Amino acid sequence: MSDSLSGYGTGDSAVDRVNAMIQFTPQAKALGVTVSQTAKGRAWGKVPYRAELVGDPDTGVIAGGVLTTFLDQLCGAAAILAMDQPTIVATIDLRIDYMRPAQPGRDVLAEAQCYKIGKNIAFVRATAYEDTPDNPIAHAASAFAINSKKKSKP
Amino acid sequence: MSPQERLAAALARIPYAQFLGVRAELKGDELTLILPYAEHLIGNPLLPALHGGVVGALMELTALTQLAIASKSEAFPKTIDINVDYLRSGKPVDTYARARVVKIGRRIANVQAEAWQAERENAIAAMHGHFMLPDDGDGSGSA
Repeated sequence: MSDSLSGYGTGDSAVDRVNAMIQFTPQAKALGVTVSQTAKGRAWGKVPYRAELVGDPDTGVIAGGVLTTFLDQLCGAAAILAMDQPTIVATIDLRIDYMRPAQPGRDVLAEAQCYKIGKNIAFVRATAYEDTPDNPIAHAASAFAINSKKKSKP
Repeated sequence: MSPQERLAAALARIPYAQFLGVRAELKGDELTLILPYAEHLIGNPLLPALHGGVVGALMELTALTQLAIASKSEAFPKTIDINVDYLRSGKPVDTYARARVVKIGRRIANVQAEAWQAERENAIAAMHGHFMLPDDGDGSGSA
């Protein structure tokens, strides 16, 4: 996996390369998204709590749209991390279930797993939480189209 | 305050709506949210294309706001789930979104939304979702 994101950035590890890819993505950078850990087809990340990302001014809860972007980004990273020859992916669809409001003032963590990748499509799910995934804020299920120029081996 | 002014004030109170740069237009009871293009909204700088999450967020915000108008509620509903279909990549231009309230139940509403750019006919994304109505809404009943 160590060379799998060689197209993005010049970092030494897959984590560095995924973070370089995020730094190259203006909206992910604007939200402050970072990736802390990676594995084959998996990514763990964080979006820090910031007052300007609040969706409900009465409670201080972070906006759903922030989680949508964060989970979309992390799911895309997991899809790329599942490939032997990394390429670009495009989201086909994304479903997000909101189980409960995020806790105001706290960073949101998430883990994404690409549970199936074929020649053309990658299927990825993700869970967002503050502490542990068994107390989820939101769950995402998504499908990504894989750039056909450099297909990954299924 | 006119309905348009009330709407603008409600959106101005939402920090994330300001972060995105969303504006609203209300004609009768039909709402259009406008997301003026800005560089920080980009998700793929090579194409370039808007971030899918931003387009999803715009449609969710449109659905929440249209539902607040339709249910004559001062408070915003809470999102239960959203399903976003991406139809074309969002170009680095202004994006618009409208929502249609399909059904308002006692506690839960079903809403559809679409986002488009140059041509209304060529949506770049579609969304449907379920939303929990606030307790003060007309449709929310006693539960």
